[in-house]
Amino acid sequence: MDSGPILRAVDLCKDFGGIRAVDRVSFELQKGETLGIIGPNGSGKSTLINLITGFVKPSGGRIFYQGRDITGIAPHKAVMLGMARSFQMPRPFYNMPAYKNLVIPLFSPRTRRLKGGRYGDRDEVAIHLLEDMGFERDSNVPYQPAGVLPHGYVKRLELARCLALEPDLVILDELFSGMSMSEVAGVLPLIERIADEGKTLIMVEHRLRELFRVVDRVIVLNFGRKIAEGAPDVVMANPEVKESYLGSEVEFSA
Amino acid sequence: MNEAGYRRERLDRGIKVRTDDIFALSSYREILYLTLPRLAAIAALLVFPLLKGVTGIYWQNVVLTACTIALLALSWDLLHSVGLVSLGQAIFFGAGAYATGFFSQHFGWPPLVTIPLATAVGAIFCTVLLYPVLRLRGIYFALITFAMPLLLTRVIEATKILGGNVGMSGLPPLSDTPLDLYLIITVMLICVFGFRRLFDTDYGLVLKAIRENDRSVMAAGFDLQWYRTQAVFIAAIPGAFAGAFLTHYYQFAGLPAFSIEYSILPLASAIVGGPGSFSGVALGAFMLVPLSEALRSFGNLRVVIYSIVVVVFIVILPEGVFNYLQRKYYQIERLVPMEEGGNGQRANIAGS
Amino acid sequence: MWVAPPLKGGSNKIMGSDALIYSVLIYGLVNGAVIMLTSLGFSLTFGLSGVANLAHGGIYLLSGCLAWILLNTLGLPFLPAAVITMVLAGLLGAGVYWLVLQRVRGLALSEMIVTFTIGIGILEFLRWAGFVTYDFNLPVIIKGSLTIAGVIVDYQRLLVIGVGVLIAVLLWFFSHHTKIGLALRGMAQDEYTALSVGIDSDWAAALSMALGHMIVAMAAIMILPLGLISINVGYDVLTMVLAVTILGGLESTAGLTLASLILGYATAATGMYLNPQWTQVVYLAAIVLVLALRPSGLLGKFKELEERV
Repeated sequence: MDSGPILRAVDLCKDFGGIRAVDRVSFELQKGETLGIIGPNGSGKSTLINLITGFVKPSGGRIFYQGRDITGIAPHKAVMLGMARSFQMPRPFYNMPAYKNLVIPLFSPRTRRLKGGRYGDRDEVAIHLLEDMGFERDSNVPYQPAGVLPHGYVKRLELARCLALEPDLVILDELFSGMSMSEVAGVLPLIERIADEGKTLIMVEHRLRELFRVVDRVIVLNFGRKIAEGAPDVVMANPEVKESYLGSEVEFSA
Repeated sequence: MNEAGYRRERLDRGIKVRTDDIFALSSYREILYLTLPRLAAIAALLVFPLLKGVTGIYWQNVVLTACTIALLALSWDLLHSVGLVSLGQAIFFGAGAYATGFFSQHFGWPPLVTIPLATAVGAIFCTVLLYPVLRLRGIYFALITFAMPLLLTRVIEATKILGGNVGMSGLPPLSDTPLDLYLIITVMLICVFGFRRLFDTDYGLVLKAIRENDRSVMAAGFDLQWYRTQAVFIAAIPGAFAGAFLTHYYQFAGLPAFSIEYSILPLASAIVGGPGSFSGVALGAFMLVPLSEALRSFGNLRVVIYSIVVVVFIVILPEGVFNYLQRKYYQIERLVPMEEGGNGQRANIAGS
Repeated sequence: MWVAPPLKGGSNKIMGSDALIYSVLIYGLVNGAVIMLTSLGFSLTFGLSGVANLAHGGIYLLSGCLAWILLNTLGLPFLPAAVITMVLAGLLGAGVYWLVLQRVRGLALSEMIVTFTIGIGILEFLRWAGFVTYDFNLPVIIKGSLTIAGVIVDYQRLLVIGVGVLIAVLLWFFSHHTKIGLALRGMAQDEYTALSVGIDSDWAAALSMALGHMIVAMAAIMILPLGLISINVGYDVLTMVLAVTILGGLESTAGLTLASLILGYATAATGMYLNPQWTQVVYLAAIVLVLALRPSGLLGKFKELEERV
């Protein structure tokens, strides 16, 4: 069963009121692989993620997960199958303490169905997980309401929320956006570890240099179409990619 | 805030901090601080029915009504905690009332059977009726709950089922007053403390989270519609019970069960008492129902007064009376001068 | 529905089946126009500022009573009375916004509770003030009637159709092709972006409330002469708006028109063949059916919006 690709998209399309946000995108993802999705603003990256995770219903095309057709699946069912995603604009549960934010994914049907998922003190597990993400256990940060956390911590919380679901496929939507250099440097090893643990990873990112440290392969989108695919350095040498991506290309080579 | 150069500071009282998370309480004073408010309320409610000779039957009735309204308000508050605004609590009340009326009139079952049965059937009926709308955004839920009592009234009028315009009268009464009163007081207390306990569990946390950010709850693998359905069912239970209970108390089930008063009074109680804390909502009912009795001579103007009260509270004291009192009980509030080198000065530097 | 045509269920023995069909066709259109005209104000306010004005029914009835007072107690002629009513309703809308709604803006739940209680307050106040007897009715604007295909239609009903269509077109033009309208719609879609391009959020929302109320007042003046002023009308209006919005979706004008027509014909048919009492059952059935089969409404626009959230 596991011999095929873990995720396969065939001719995915999405129209928003006459605008084609995603236009016949196809790709495959093997188990344990890390994939980057890049492209200029408005090129349909986030919509593609929303299509895969079921938050938006595709106008055309099919998605297969572990050989199963999951086109138009409800988001919570996608999670049950082992997909976890982060949001580009994370909105944690502001009035709850940070660790309570994690109790919710830990209480999720997905986690409870895993081996041993029903046992243990969820609060304690949540604090462990947060410590792992760089929330100092002995400080008051994990106990603060999520609404007062600085942006970097909110992003880490978002990552912790994904990992609490023990997913097979992790999809991170612009995790690094809005983080400072040092914050990124702190989070990057965590992501490298996810990849090392054999989890399959999709990252949508604008910070190309950091992205290329992690991913094996990238897909470049422009105006909803896939214009290139391959190893990072090969793709960035592609003239069409250079043209569409001029601004960031300068940053990349710097 | 009021005076320039000062800011308002709130600090937890020392005794609050000591009794908060520490389970080994060291003095009677601390134990009383923690338990007195709720014990006093429970004791007052339990003693009250015994004082029939002192208070007279009229005030016993008022407390009984307050308990039913409190149950409806608790149901409202539970829905509100999940992010659903119900503008027609009468639908739960009416469903319970008509169910119990139907069972006792058609099958002649005694109230001890019909009330629990009607509570279950009424709750299931409401949940099924509201199920489709739970997929949609909150505004549709509000509109539907508002319209349902009106529509059900018209449907009963038009189809003449369940007694039509006339309703069903001559239903068997429950018992004599003190036991009735004890029943409803017990149910109300169970609901208040049960709901509070429920919302302290992880399950309750998920329900609260749905209100804050449903997208994240979805991304954590929860079926939103299913959880909302459960919340509606739990909320429908006290509402339907209140309807069934009052039906047997007045020995009548009819269209007044869907009247606007059963929608607006629980809502007003919840807003005045303080939405979000189940005790506060009950407190609100015990404030508004006696007021409403005192204003009985005003007739329909009472509803206008509730409306004004709701609007004034939402604008001026949105946290509600209970949360306000709780804050005063737990915290000291004071004005402290803004320190040199604090925010004020930093702003000056930035400005210069 | 209260705008029942002058013939009831019992009359189909007297009339031929052809005449019955014609009358359903014509009165369906009339009912549709009535429904559309009543819902336009709600839809406008919601579409432009995102405020679900549940005080709709209260304002509708209040405008009717205001017009009645201006006409009968103060003895004003019709046109000034109508204009004053509309202006007062508009001012009330803006006033409600500035005094109350502004303070709970952004809290969708509180907004709904506030407008709902204001509506109930107005309706119950009117009930208390005694606007429940059969003495209260507004005069028709044009007397007389004409016969189309054997069905008698009075001019007032034709006027309602005309005005309904006219206002719908004007509003569509206003919100899609004028600067203010576009600004308001931008506001409803993304408040922060609109703020950053210099649209005053409070001003825009107050304006949309005022406009919505003025249209409601106009609808009341046009439609109430067809029946009596009674408190239940105020509650019925909200039920009707609910049915229309669920059928057609909250935001789209086309959906609103389509839903109004469908409901208009459905109510006309039940009114003719069964009994006018059953029209409310029609609304309920429509709501339940749509929610069960196609919860995004007939034109399915809002689903898309929800997905993007």
